Amino acid sequence: MLVVTCIKQVPDTTQVKVDPETGTLIREGVPFIINPFDIHALEESLRLKDRFGFRVAVLSMGPPNTEVTLRKALALGVDQAILLSDRAFGGADTLATSKVLAEAVRRLSEQEDVGIVITGKQTIDGDTAQVGPGIATRLGYQQLTLVDNIENVDLHANKITARRKLEGRHERVESKLPVLISVVRSINRPRYPTVPMRLMAEDAEVILWDNQVMGLDPETIGLNGSATQVRKIFSPERDKGEILGDGAADLGKAVQLLVSKLVEKDLLHI
Amino acid sequence: MSPNVTAFAIVFAAAILFFIWSVYRRFRLIALGQPDNRFDAIGRRIWNMLFFAFGQRRVVKRTFGINHFILFWCFIILMIANVEFLLHGLFSQQIALSKLPDGTYHTLTTVFDIVSILALVTVVIAMGRRLLFPPSYIDAKSRDAFFILSMVAMLMIAFFGLHGAEIANGVEKAEDYMPISNAVASGIFDGVSTNSLDTWAETFWWIHAIVLLGFLNYLPYSKHMHVLTAIPNCFFKSLDKVNTQPREGFKQGNSFGAGQVSELSWKGLFDSYSCTECGRCTDICPATSTGKKLNPRLVIHDIKVNLLKNESVLTNSGKQVSLPLIGDNHEGSVSEEVLWACTTCGACMEVCPVFIEHVPRIVDMRRHLVEMKAKFPEELLTFFENMEQRSNPWGIAPTERIKWTADIEVKPFEAGQTEYLFYVGCAGALDSRARRVTMSTAKILDTAGVSWGILGKEELCCGDSLRRLGNEYVFDRMVQENIKMFEAKGVKRIVTQCPHCFSTFKNDYRQYGIDLEVIHHTELIDRLIKSGKLNLKSERNGFGNIVFHDSCYLGRYNEVYEAPRHAVASATGHDIHEMHNHLDKSFCCGAGGGRMWMEESPGQKNINVARTEEALANNPKTICVCCPYCMTMFEDGLKDKDADTNVQVLDMAEIVAESLK
Repeated sequence: MLVVTCIKQVPDTTQVKVDPETGTLIREGVPFIINPFDIHALEESLRLKDRFGFRVAVLSMGPPNTEVTLRKALALGVDQAILLSDRAFGGADTLATSKVLAEAVRRLSEQEDVGIVITGKQTIDGDTAQVGPGIATRLGYQQLTLVDNIENVDLHANKITARRKLEGRHERVESKLPVLISVVRSINRPRYPTVPMRLMAEDAEVILWDNQVMGLDPETIGLNGSATQVRKIFSPERDKGEILGDGAADLGKAVQLLVSKLVEKDLLHI
Repeated sequence: MSPNVTAFAIVFAAAILFFIWSVYRRFRLIALGQPDNRFDAIGRRIWNMLFFAFGQRRVVKRTFGINHFILFWCFIILMIANVEFLLHGLFSQQIALSKLPDGTYHTLTTVFDIVSILALVTVVIAMGRRLLFPPSYIDAKSRDAFFILSMVAMLMIAFFGLHGAEIANGVEKAEDYMPISNAVASGIFDGVSTNSLDTWAETFWWIHAIVLLGFLNYLPYSKHMHVLTAIPNCFFKSLDKVNTQPREGFKQGNSFGAGQVSELSWKGLFDSYSCTECGRCTDICPATSTGKKLNPRLVIHDIKVNLLKNESVLTNSGKQVSLPLIGDNHEGSVSEEVLWACTTCGACMEVCPVFIEHVPRIVDMRRHLVEMKAKFPEELLTFFENMEQRSNPWGIAPTERIKWTADIEVKPFEAGQTEYLFYVGCAGALDSRARRVTMSTAKILDTAGVSWGILGKEELCCGDSLRRLGNEYVFDRMVQENIKMFEAKGVKRIVTQCPHCFSTFKNDYRQYGIDLEVIHHTELIDRLIKSGKLNLKSERNGFGNIVFHDSCYLGRYNEVYEAPRHAVASATGHDIHEMHNHLDKSFCCGAGGGRMWMEESPGQKNINVARTEEALANNPKTICVCCPYCMTMFEDGLKDKDADTNVQVLDMAEIVAESLK
């Protein structure tokens, strides 16, 4: 049985700046990293392999240089890496992206039963958290989002028990397979690749599936298939902070100053 | 006196055959180690052997070593006497010293007589020291040590017994030239009958023969193996200072680091045979002395035990007794906790009389853990990922590397336009405290009119910690990227303010064939002072008493000792105060070898606190350092001792910059 992990290569957002003139991201020279949440998804799929003997396939949709990210996944121990890359896939929003990924999972399931699809909770560039649920919807799978612990997978009864991490509480849930799981970062500590695995990954095959292989209607994918369009990206204006008084010299006076300032701004009522 | 030749020939042949067999068994294991060329530059190697083995240069650095020096030379001289003794036993008619001309014979007998009593005295002193003043860092009362000392003593006693009896019997023609034996003859054998004297002489002869042959055969099975290996080990010693490790070849199918004893270099195995268990490495190790499990002597000892215990597996001739090289809590295995405790400060290698290379062995085993097993203390995971993704230890965005240039004008490095590349380093660019040092260095360079530029956002980490932590694969990739950039930009001369960047570029990058002139800021600043390019106030200027800390990677690794001392003295008009452990005996701050990025394993004390206490013993107002790691460790140490309000930590560059007129 197969676990399919979907990962995304994202620009290192701490290094991305917005061009105030054009309202676009300055991506030049910014290194790409695996979306931090997806590293945990990948780790969880490898743990499922260790615990229950699943085979692990990893999918990533993106430009051809996404291959580097897939090789990292191979170095960590995934069995199969598939790159979904085609100009027709470009400019996709979450709807169009989930269509391509869902189709890829469906194609994989033709050869081998897919038990679990794992994604990170969200990506750090788009922050929508929609692609995982989108895949589940398109495939008609159950979905468990925000999972922080997979307690058990019962392959005979075809069900999974997991814990979801919600605001201020946990939820233990059981679901039928196949299921889509999106994970939070606290689910695990990712492993580190050994050198023999890295060297193996350098020469391993990364399978390319373009739209000739996938055969999707170009009108339903990429920019054409997207329901949303980004009009403008901008950094919110932020007032510069100020230092009130001299706390080191006279703490009491500084606190007084702060209180009066807060009252003045209507943030505090005395 | 001549023994029964047939009886002796049988004993002799049996002893020699057994000895050859033992030595063969031991040395055949050495041959299983990995290749390591130690046969180049024979001339220099012979000189090293004469100077360090026969000259006992390092042995006599500690006072008690003089006792060993004397015993060593007694042994060398008595070797002539003992060879003659054995040959005479076999060919009593043909070979005898007494056949030499009288003058030569008399001189030799006098020398042997005096040397034998000297040897006996040194043995008694050595036993007395072990019994009465046992040093904490050796296994003073080990059975092995007393057994071998007793054997040496018995040899000497038998020597005097034999010659005393012969003199008393009137058969020794050199009797007037052997004062000690003569005294034995008149003191003990006076009035004894000729027959009895013959028996005494024969008894002592046999005791001497059996102890001598027994001694020879005991060597390969004890720590006294060093009698056979220490001299060649000085011949094989690394020709440069051991301040780096060899590269690894990253090809599929290779194995990385040392997970079993035969994956160490043959020199590493030979080292383990050469250990005399003198304990000097233990005594000076900052980890050992603060109660960590690491004891450098035991690391070497465990390698030896592992090698011997795995003999049958390694030579494929017997049952499987695979004792793991890296494992917990038994003799012959080095635990992971021990391996991660090392700061790679190199103090152990600096004091070892026979040049055992402890640190490279520890890094070999770390390499195995990191590269083959991906097993390391968990705090290193973030460190490794930060290094791979952002090329700095904290994972800070590379754009932040130019933050310190916000208020001053700094040129980018450009070949032809700027002479030096000022390689700011991760700490110098990204750590807020170290940035102040960077500003000081920049100010000094500008004042002196030095032409310099930086790589800015493009600067990458040098990779020092990665290499010391055994993550050679990522280090290798990083070096290649750096070298590509240096070559593309035409970088030839680099000034660094971190001893780790300095040593890594200077020593480690050389293995990649790049020719860089690397200079530490302490050296460059001192050079500027000496050439009169900096006008200094030469007054205390609020620094008060300055105590100086030698960084391991600056001092011990690269022998930069004088420059920072001279620069501070010029800047302040006063010499620095030395800590108890200084120069090549300096005590690590605790951050080297990647320990900067790890939690300290439990011990009696943190290394940085121990070192801070040592600094505070000098009652300083300022602790002067030359390294951003040392800076952090001392500042933390002062906080721990509640001394951070009275004592400041300053980099040498800050003191000089403050003292500019």
